[in-house]
Amino acid sequence: MPATKRGTQINENRRRWLGGAGAAATVLTLAPGVRLLDLALARSEEEPVSERVRWGMLVDSTKCAQGCTDCVDACSDEHGLTGMGRPQTDAQYIRKLDLKDKTTGKAYSLPLMCQHCETPPCVDVCPTGASFRRADGIVLVDKHICIGCRYCMMACPYKARSFVHEDLTSQVPETPRGKGTVESCNFCVHRVDRDREPACVEACAQAGHNALVFGDLNDADGALARKLEELPSRQIREDLGLNTGVRYHGV
Amino acid sequence: MRWCAILLPAMLYAAVAAAEVPVPSPPRGDGAQCVEPTEVMRRDHMKFLMHQRDETMHRGIRTTKHSLVECLSCHTRKDDEGRFVSINAPGEFCQECHAYSGVTMDCFGCHATTPRQPTSRSAQSLGRLLSDTSFRLHIQP
Amino acid sequence: MEHDTAMTSVRYQTLDGQSVGYWALLALLALLVAVGYAAAHYMEVQGHHVTGMTNQIVWGTPHVFAVFLIVAASGILNVASLSSVFGKYDYKPLARLSALLSMSLLVGGLIVLVLDLGRPDRLIVAMTYYNFKSIFAWNIFLYIGFLLVVAVYLWMMFEPRMNRYSKPAGFTAFIWRFVLTTGTGSIFGFLVARQAYDAAIMAPLFIIMSLSFGTAIFLLVLLASFDWSGRPVGDDILRRLKNLLGIFVAAVLYMTMVYHLTNLYATEHHAVERFLLVDGGVYTLVFWLLQILAGGVVPLVLLFAPQFGQSRASLVTAAVLVIVGGLAQIYVIIIGAQAFPLMMFPGMEVSSTFYDGVVNEYAPSVPEILLGLGGIALSLLVAVVAMRVLPFLPERAGKPTPVSAAEPTPAEAAG
Repeated sequence: MPATKRGTQINENRRRWLGGAGAAATVLTLAPGVRLLDLALARSEEEPVSERVRWGMLVDSTKCAQGCTDCVDACSDEHGLTGMGRPQTDAQYIRKLDLKDKTTGKAYSLPLMCQHCETPPCVDVCPTGASFRRADGIVLVDKHICIGCRYCMMACPYKARSFVHEDLTSQVPETPRGKGTVESCNFCVHRVDRDREPACVEACAQAGHNALVFGDLNDADGALARKLEELPSRQIREDLGLNTGVRYHGV
Repeated sequence: MRWCAILLPAMLYAAVAAAEVPVPSPPRGDGAQCVEPTEVMRRDHMKFLMHQRDETMHRGIRTTKHSLVECLSCHTRKDDEGRFVSINAPGEFCQECHAYSGVTMDCFGCHATTPRQPTSRSAQSLGRLLSDTSFRLHIQP
Repeated sequence: MEHDTAMTSVRYQTLDGQSVGYWALLALLALLVAVGYAAAHYMEVQGHHVTGMTNQIVWGTPHVFAVFLIVAASGILNVASLSSVFGKYDYKPLARLSALLSMSLLVGGLIVLVLDLGRPDRLIVAMTYYNFKSIFAWNIFLYIGFLLVVAVYLWMMFEPRMNRYSKPAGFTAFIWRFVLTTGTGSIFGFLVARQAYDAAIMAPLFIIMSLSFGTAIFLLVLLASFDWSGRPVGDDILRRLKNLLGIFVAAVLYMTMVYHLTNLYATEHHAVERFLLVDGGVYTLVFWLLQILAGGVVPLVLLFAPQFGQSRASLVTAAVLVIVGGLAQIYVIIIGAQAFPLMMFPGMEVSSTFYDGVVNEYAPSVPEILLGLGGIALSLLVAVVAMRVLPFLPERAGKPTPVSAAEPTPAEAAG
């Protein structure tokens, strides 16, 4: 290919960054002194995820701004969800819900995504085991063995999953996704594995709303557990006893 | 003996045909050396990728040595406008040999075929560089 | 009793298969199969966005046809079970046809199901990776096992030296198809997410549906294959099948009523029941007009009212209506239930960009319908070819002279 030349630019950049700006980059991901995981629980790169950690999230609906879609936009950008202009079939990992109490008329706003259940119905029904729950509580679809039967979409009480309805070319390296398989919010697992918060949480904080708190449900001293202690919260469809990883306050 | 009579011309034909079909010459990747010796990579790259796939998917192990994303970062080329060319495009690293050997890849229906394309807005590029998997942001205590 | 002699004197023959009519039928079915396959190929290459299915209605028309065929496959074996399990030997000559159709309908249904997968090319994955908590995974075993069990049963019936084992083989197949239809019904019965599902009654409802749809299809195939090949069908056997069909149709109506009454007992389910029964638009219409009226009440009148009682035309009409009503019933069960919004926030009005809180829209697309019809055509094509190759059809069905046939006994009805 005479028209192509070696893509060394990015690698030069990378070496420069790795050499000089590594520390700065670390500081940029989380506020100074804040870590997703307690140092005692932090794992090395070769170590598998374990049940000692259970990732979860608190959505503070009272801080969630009506009409704001920063979390949704960040998610689309992070996962390369460009959409085809077909809202009926385009994927949505996270969506904003507008609620109105029929009795009092009070309005609520909140984002809804995969609730990362402890006992997920999607995992129960998946015939091949493609729908699975990682040891640290993140519910994922292994698209290598998903056959696209959509039984998980029938089983999910939150309609959290999307089916890829056409060929895609807009994938980003961190989120493989393709025609004929099912997908959903993965808590930005590629970021979490590198001690970074999900894109939606980061975007909400950048917008100054701080309606989303992400962290380890098992860590009693962690930011999430402390927040859950402070604020009353509930699970959506608590009647099903799924023990969701995502909790809601103020609705 | 009869088998030889059939086989010999067949082999001769194959040799002639092979001479006519150019041996694939995939573009060289960046750096002096791949993560394994070239001979090993030619024979076993799919095993490495398969192993890494399950380790990453199910166990959250994101070592980069055998990661497909890392293949992209060394083996994709850029066009004149500075945009990455898909690694499975004709003549590019993966497709060059796979077309020759007639083996269909099922990777790129889902996996990105380039690293994140550079964008004009610098702020966005920074964000993307930060989310580029080649950065090790995980600090060890 | 005379059935022992009747049993031994049955002679089976292959279809002649030389007539223009046979080849025309074959060509028509083959064409429908080809068109159905082309439709599936189109959907696979383009992706599901060319169908009516969306992220809200994830199972569509192909599933209606597939589930209908799979359910009917189980029920159509009932005719064979009547002789092998319940000792009603008048049905014995029809057992081969019954077993053949049960296999061919199941194959047709499964092919439709597989071709609608997002990744039909990964069938091998479905056969090698199993999650044994999934009812789908159980069903893969139940379906394949059913084909094997019925194949063995057919072999026992065909091979004179094996005839003595045909009864235990028939009994195994009988048990197997109950478990199979329980599994099919449980696909929906165990779904806690949706208001219209999560009901244990789905399994028995599907079993009784299978008997009704299967008997209706059997009657039509019986009359067509016998009439077109010059084989006489006695009024006695038709009357028995007619009465059976009537009992099954009534039982489906009863179970449907119990299903809705059970839902109506819990006030929290009133919204979904109101949707299905009163203001669900097309689903309410399909339910009352096609499922209940055309698929239930009218067939009962045609089968049991004295004015229609003896006419073959009314019997055929009733069987066709039962099939139409059956498809309608599965349409309402699968698609109607998905159209109703998920209830995540009781007492709240919900809206979003993802169609929360609204009735989901669905219109069957042409490729979906063609794929479904292709599945039905494939089932019939397999049967028509098999009848030409192996002696499935007896020389005659029923007794030569009209006799006063007995009403079906409770054992027959329970079959």
